[in-house]
Amino acid sequence: MKQPVDKPTAPGGAGHFSAYLLFIALLIAAWVLWSGMFKPLLLGLGVFSCAVAALIAIRMGYFDTSVFALRFNLRVIAFWGWLLKEIVKSSLEVARIVLSRDLRLSTKVIEIDASQLSPVDQVLLGNSITLTPGTLTLDASDGRLLVHALTAEGAAALEEGEMLRRVAAIHED
Amino acid sequence: MTDTVLDILSWVLLTLGGISVLIGGIGALRLPDLYTRMHAASVTDSIGAILVIGGIMLQAGLSLATIKLAAILLFLLLTSPTASNALAAAARLAGNKPGIDTTTDKDGAS
Repeated sequence: MKQPVDKPTAPGGAGHFSAYLLFIALLIAAWVLWSGMFKPLLLGLGVFSCAVAALIAIRMGYFDTSVFALRFNLRVIAFWGWLLKEIVKSSLEVARIVLSRDLRLSTKVIEIDASQLSPVDQVLLGNSITLTPGTLTLDASDGRLLVHALTAEGAAALEEGEMLRRVAAIHED
Repeated sequence: MTDTVLDILSWVLLTLGGISVLIGGIGALRLPDLYTRMHAASVTDSIGAILVIGGIMLQAGLSLATIKLAAILLFLLLTSPTASNALAAAARLAGNKPGIDTTTDKDGAS
């Protein structure tokens, strides 16, 4: 397993300037495409919100690593299909618990080792865990995800590691 | 003919979506603490949003509106777990310990 490649460029220097411009141009293009209206007020609001979004992105250190970290891959689609199936299954499970008379819970906090994944894939895994009802990512640090599960079965299914394997398979070369 | 089929399918999706949102709401009221309530709320976030927006997409047909709806769904599915993570992290920082005692509601988490 090769290490995730993050090429830190010179922090906060002029090297970022073209990246800023490209980012803002993309945001403005997206705004104009979605709105489709060209009144001065709306265009002004658009430029304003794009500038705010860019400022937040700078504050979050978005430009300190690789700018377009979200690589798109056709295998993501297959992963989404699998995730949809999991969401349906766990939604039914949570609905059954919520509507049951005695609310029998067996909450559990577990830790998942995701250090083999790149930071972006760790986010994908953490968000996928949160997106499926019944499991919730509490914290992520040093490649370890802290997960709260509504039922012991849900925790066991996650510890078994199918979701981790599927996320890892998306960007496997 | 196909219109009727699409209409029926769309209403099935919208109804199921409405039921999911309702179940999420009931769960958010019935479950004992912040973290378990967030599990119930995520039923609304995930399957509820997918079903409702899917139903509206079938109503909109092949048009720009459908593409915009697909984008809305994509962004919702990307951002709502992020918001949940921020909420859970804030609760942990504030000292709300998960899963110790799920029978009381003394910390008033909601």
